[in-house]
Amino acid sequence: MNGLRAPHLVALVAGLGFLYLPILVLVLYSFNASRLVTVWGGFSLHWYGALLRNAALIDAFWLSLRVAALSASLATLLGTLAAIALVRFGRFTGRGLLSGAVAAPLVMPEVITGLSLLLLFVGAGLERGFWTVTIAHVTLTTCFATIVVQARLVGMDRSLEEAAQDLGAPPWRVFASVTLPLILPGLAAAWLLAFTLSLDDLVIASFTTGPGATTLPMRIYSAIRLGVTPEINAASTILIALVALVLVAASLIAKRNLLPRG
Amino acid sequence: MAVPRRLLRLFVVGPPLLWLGLFFLLPFAIVLRIALSDSAPALPPYAPHWEGWSRLGAFLAALDGETFAVILADSLYLDALLSSLRLAALATLLALLVGFPLAYAMASAPRRWQTALVVLVILPFWTSFLIRVYAWIAILRPEGVLNLVLLRLGVISEPLRILNTEAAVLIGLVYSYLPFMVLPVYAALERLDRSLIEAAADLGAPPLRRLLTVTIPLAKPGILAGAFLVFVPAVGEFVVPDLLGGPDTLMIGKVLWTDFFSNRDWPLASAVAVLLLLLLVGPILFFQRLAKGAAA
Repeated sequence: MNGLRAPHLVALVAGLGFLYLPILVLVLYSFNASRLVTVWGGFSLHWYGALLRNAALIDAFWLSLRVAALSASLATLLGTLAAIALVRFGRFTGRGLLSGAVAAPLVMPEVITGLSLLLLFVGAGLERGFWTVTIAHVTLTTCFATIVVQARLVGMDRSLEEAAQDLGAPPWRVFASVTLPLILPGLAAAWLLAFTLSLDDLVIASFTTGPGATTLPMRIYSAIRLGVTPEINAASTILIALVALVLVAASLIAKRNLLPRG
Repeated sequence: MAVPRRLLRLFVVGPPLLWLGLFFLLPFAIVLRIALSDSAPALPPYAPHWEGWSRLGAFLAALDGETFAVILADSLYLDALLSSLRLAALATLLALLVGFPLAYAMASAPRRWQTALVVLVILPFWTSFLIRVYAWIAILRPEGVLNLVLLRLGVISEPLRILNTEAAVLIGLVYSYLPFMVLPVYAALERLDRSLIEAAADLGAPPLRRLLTVTIPLAKPGILAGAFLVFVPAVGEFVVPDLLGGPDTLMIGKVLWTDFFSNRDWPLASAVAVLLLLLLVGPILFFQRLAKGAAA
């Protein structure tokens, strides 16, 4: 269309403002010296200091990081395999089952996924904790990883693979030296998405965890339940900054062409 | 050293299929089984105990639907299901009303801005969902940011009670799922053939008429996809009604959570899960059919 007109600008500002307002409020309040939300007591890093002395919150943060890193890695592996099967294998036995199992967790309410996994773990007699949360998160995030890698594979130029094949490279060699480097940005995006989803999950972790394994969202949730605490504002701001940093780094890497683009 | 092609494929298909079968499909069989067993608050809080696969057949034969009878007799569950559907439908409608203008403006913006605008819409989705919902507490509470601003401006004389009402739940749902509406609608509008709108304009159709008879019908696949992506997760939502809703806000995800964590009644929670799942099958098939119709 021909340029941006006033009503469009209003829609953009209002819509994006709605999306960013809560984040802005949170960041602002994290620097508020006053414990009261209504009173601006001046700029202060007090709550960040309190946060650093909150051992329970820091333990939960490390636990969540470990769960997220491990589950994202496994989910990316499984998601890549599933995406290759769905995009490249044509018809095969179990295709319907695989595409269904990959799509279903996306629309499944988290309370159901969490409850059913817990009942499985109890039935199998598994001790609940770090590993059960990790397994649950792999299950949830594999689907998202599959979709991201799938999109990359579909948009890929196949002629390079065909050329490698014509030159006599065996299938695994074609995959390792042609396909894999080409879909690497997709794998990175899938890993990042799985990582943030795992880091963010409250419901499924609450169902599948056990004593001694309290994740960060669970700690934040119970703090919110007990009443708004400024420390949570500080923790949230750090998390938001962390995600923003990772995203900026990722886009810079993509821009500088360190990773092949497609 | 040629590995047989079939074997190679098995190594690719096998792991994800096995994982999802074991940790996604199998658990549902267990939920169904426990939903059909008797409620008895013991440890583990359901009876009978797990007795191995060999006895499953004998067990299934002896099942009765007692727990389901409890649910159907108690109006709480039916009310919660209906109220979840109503709130999710309202949230979907509101997300469309907020999201469509935004998507339209994005699609009309100069090309070089569009990628940046899409990133801006996706970005909040990457930050914690829990934290973003929690932020709304600070905005909506009686002494919160919204009331503060409205009081200062003299728009209201006493604080509005928004937090812990259905209005707050709707705001939370629309906010949380807005990107899921905006992105598919934007994708549909961006692909739209602008010459059709220009043709309608040349033929004398006023802007509103062009929107209703040309733009919206052409964007229908995107609108349907967006509605699906907002409605389905909103029905089973727990965090939003729990943090922003009040004691009288009934949503089925919250009821399930309470039955499970507070009342420790696992069979009842499982039966609620089965009902919620059955409830979602209808809308999922409905949207799929609509989407097929729109694509045809």
